[in-house]
Amino acid sequence: MSEEKRKPTPEEKAKAAAEARAKAEALRKLREQGAQAPQGEKEAEEVPVQAQAAEPQAKAEPAPSSKPISEMTPEEKAAAKKAAAAEAIAKAKAAKEAKEAKEAGAESAPAPKPFSEMTPEEKAAAKKAAAAEALAKAKAAKEAKEAAQQADAAPTASGADAEAKAKAAAAAKAKAAAAAAAKAKAAREAGGQAADGADADAKAKAAAAAKAKAAAAAAAKAKAAQGESPAAEEAPKAPSKNQPYLDKYVQRITEVFGKEVLEAAYINELGKEVPTLVIKTERWHEIARFLKEDEPLAFDYLSDLHGVDYEDRMEVYYHFYSYINRQSLAVKVKTNREQPSVPSVMDLWHGANWNERETFDLLGIHFPGHKDLRRILLPDDWVGYPLRKDYVQYDEEV
Amino acid sequence: MELDLTSIAPELQEELERNVMFTTLETVKGWVRSNSLWPLTFGLACCAIEMMGTGGSRYDLDRFGVIFRASPRQSDVMIVAGTVTKKMAPLLRRLYDQMPEPKWVIAMGSCATAGGPYVRSYSVVKGVDQIVPVDVYIPGCPPNPAALIYGINKLQEKIRYEAKTGKRVTSQ
Amino acid sequence: MNQNILTTNVDTSPETGIRTEEMLLNVGPQHPSTHGVFRLVVKIDGETIKEAIPVMGYLHRGTEKLAENLNYTQIIPYTDRMDYVSAMTNNYVFCHAVETMMGLEIPERAQFLRLIAMELNRVASHLVWWGTYLLDIGAMGPFLYAFRDREMILDLFNELCGARMTFNYMRIGGVKWDAPPGWIDKAKEFVQYMKKELGNYHKLVSGNEIFINRIKGIGKFDTKTALDYSLSGVMLRSTGVKWDLRKDEPYCIYDRFDFDVPTATEGDCMARYQLRMAEIEQSLRILEQALEQFPSEGEVIGKVPRVIRPPAGETYVRIEAPRGEIGCYIASQGKDKPWRVKFRRPSFTNLQILPKLLQGENLANMIAILGSIDIVLGEVDC
Repeated sequence: MSEEKRKPTPEEKAKAAAEARAKAEALRKLREQGAQAPQGEKEAEEVPVQAQAAEPQAKAEPAPSSKPISEMTPEEKAAAKKAAAAEAIAKAKAAKEAKEAKEAGAESAPAPKPFSEMTPEEKAAAKKAAAAEALAKAKAAKEAKEAAQQADAAPTASGADAEAKAKAAAAAKAKAAAAAAAKAKAAREAGGQAADGADADAKAKAAAAAKAKAAAAAAAKAKAAQGESPAAEEAPKAPSKNQPYLDKYVQRITEVFGKEVLEAAYINELGKEVPTLVIKTERWHEIARFLKEDEPLAFDYLSDLHGVDYEDRMEVYYHFYSYINRQSLAVKVKTNREQPSVPSVMDLWHGANWNERETFDLLGIHFPGHKDLRRILLPDDWVGYPLRKDYVQYDEEV
Repeated sequence: MELDLTSIAPELQEELERNVMFTTLETVKGWVRSNSLWPLTFGLACCAIEMMGTGGSRYDLDRFGVIFRASPRQSDVMIVAGTVTKKMAPLLRRLYDQMPEPKWVIAMGSCATAGGPYVRSYSVVKGVDQIVPVDVYIPGCPPNPAALIYGINKLQEKIRYEAKTGKRVTSQ
Repeated sequence: MNQNILTTNVDTSPETGIRTEEMLLNVGPQHPSTHGVFRLVVKIDGETIKEAIPVMGYLHRGTEKLAENLNYTQIIPYTDRMDYVSAMTNNYVFCHAVETMMGLEIPERAQFLRLIAMELNRVASHLVWWGTYLLDIGAMGPFLYAFRDREMILDLFNELCGARMTFNYMRIGGVKWDAPPGWIDKAKEFVQYMKKELGNYHKLVSGNEIFINRIKGIGKFDTKTALDYSLSGVMLRSTGVKWDLRKDEPYCIYDRFDFDVPTATEGDCMARYQLRMAEIEQSLRILEQALEQFPSEGEVIGKVPRVIRPPAGETYVRIEAPRGEIGCYIASQGKDKPWRVKFRRPSFTNLQILPKLLQGENLANMIAILGSIDIVLGEVDC
């Protein structure tokens, strides 16, 4: 398996591996206890976090990883179960840890952004929860990876032993690669800490995406019978080349507006690695203005604006491009389904005019601030908003 | 001079056969109308491009006497080429009403015939014959220009047939 | 130009003694020059347009809603019918979006076939634009020339994929049909022929004084406006921004070929005309190189699972269509049918600048400006 992107020095690796192993052990124990896991994780996290920094290097070697994994396999499984239980708590803690981890320069494995800082276990747990829907295995793989990396073999075994092991091995490598990504993630975490409490959707999605990536990476390496990660990512999750940009955006926005406006910030692996932000509706207009006028951001071109109807919420997706910096950015703004309303950005980018009208026409999302919000594609006397999932044709007989 | 029709010399007979024909006025009208069909340019969607291609230089429509007119007041036939949406339907009816008699309608393409690939869409009229009476349906998505010419020829045959056999040429 | 919009008649000041009325003129939806079912409500005062309100939606067929009930391969024919003049690029943007989500590898020969198909379609689309634009302005001859040459391209496509206009040629992971034997040579002959013909077209039209007088200096706008209104494609390049997604965010195998991105600075209809003609030339250049380097063997479709199930998530990709930047957004929930498909259509976005350009213009210039934006109604309404 290929691993890593970084080769740590041998001593560092050994040290990190040893540390990680110790921590992993501790963490596993915690997991097994379940409730206590989070706390233990947290402490363990810090240590592992630092260890992790060194770990990526350690990860590079499959050897240290595999050993712990094999030892841990049964433990892992148990721990995995516990971890799942403790995920919720772990997540919260992880968020905090994430911050700390960032400072420690932890390299979070490619976990969903909010979780990057968490200890591997926490991350795994969090990931598992988030990815439960789609990427349960991926999480396991990731956890395996992380475990491998830390040489603690954080319990990953959500799946088969062999799988876990393989995954762990792969994870180890991936982790090495992801060390850099983790760092970046940490930065993201800072921006996206709200992610913890913020939308489950966004996080889930991001987590899912991230997990898919991680899973893919792990799966690719492990060649386990995962069949899950449809997104065939490259082997170890290398830190995305746009990670620094995402960090920059997050940092600029949080500098000016504070952290709570950003619900999530992640790299959309499936979408050509475009940095994606999820921003709160209430302050969207100010942030949009900031995105356009701020010097280092300078997003002067709005490429796309449309709405998406999920069952529990609606989202408006914006895709910006900056000709000056030649960078793309995707922004999602969530709103509820009963009275969907997102501030209009028509005054900033005139190109948003008809797009917002079309979104209103087909989905019913209101854009306060838009000067002329009326139907554009359907006749003016049309009833209903067709693109909604619960749309009923009002004139069936035609 | 006495004209003896019973015994006409063979040369005279030949000459008569060459130059004199007997027919009814209706048939003449049918022949004239069919050979100078002036369609209203009613291209809605992709079939419009094929219609334009049919009028282009390779599949020339001018040789059939077909000249595209922009105004409904001056056209005989309306070739509905493309998908008819619910927003467009009232306008289509209004244009059809503005055409003077005798008039025909050709539904070109599967969208105009029966809704086509968009039959399950919320905003598409499933066939233009829900709005106007159609004389010729041309299937295809889009129909080849040759298919459109075939459809126009079929309409010409229909016009001549209806004229000859005495059915009413105009649509009910 | 004028501030008070709307409503009823506006009397001019009594000093002049002339009382004029504003008239509401309805251009379309059935109109020979509106490129489809597009309605433009113009308030005119004599010959001057005070305000123009575009009304569209007469061809809204609900592709995006239909796509939610079809699996990915079944959506491809619907993408053809959006921008029906250049269907290959629509096919490609959708396949590219799904392939980006799934991370699929496309075989070499398929990439070449896709690129050749897209560039041939670009030439065909620009020919249609040229023919119809000149028909709108009043010249009947170029329309016939353009369609004659377009028929040759359509013959090539007919051999390649069985259809003249709505090809349904690309699949997730490659293309459906391989080039039949001899097709590459025919394509090479066509490219040589077209290069000469392009020279003839320039001789026929580009120096024509009436033509130049009709389109020079109208419909002008600057870069800032263009970026503000999210214009793309030739509209943006006519103001001086050297931006072509084939070069700046390369997709398919465009980065292997050598071609220029023509730009102009005036930003008027004449500039856009020149740019589109230059783009035909550049496309022919790309075609020449691609046909030269065409791999002699290879698969035309990669290893694709039988049921296409992209992972849960979303993606947004954009490519350079003849009309501008076409984008495809897919939100998937891991099933074989997408959750939401959205197409960012260049004609829809480019058309937003029309009311602004038409203010204060002569009525006669309206058609020329509308034609130079190069819209296709199937795309505006989706």
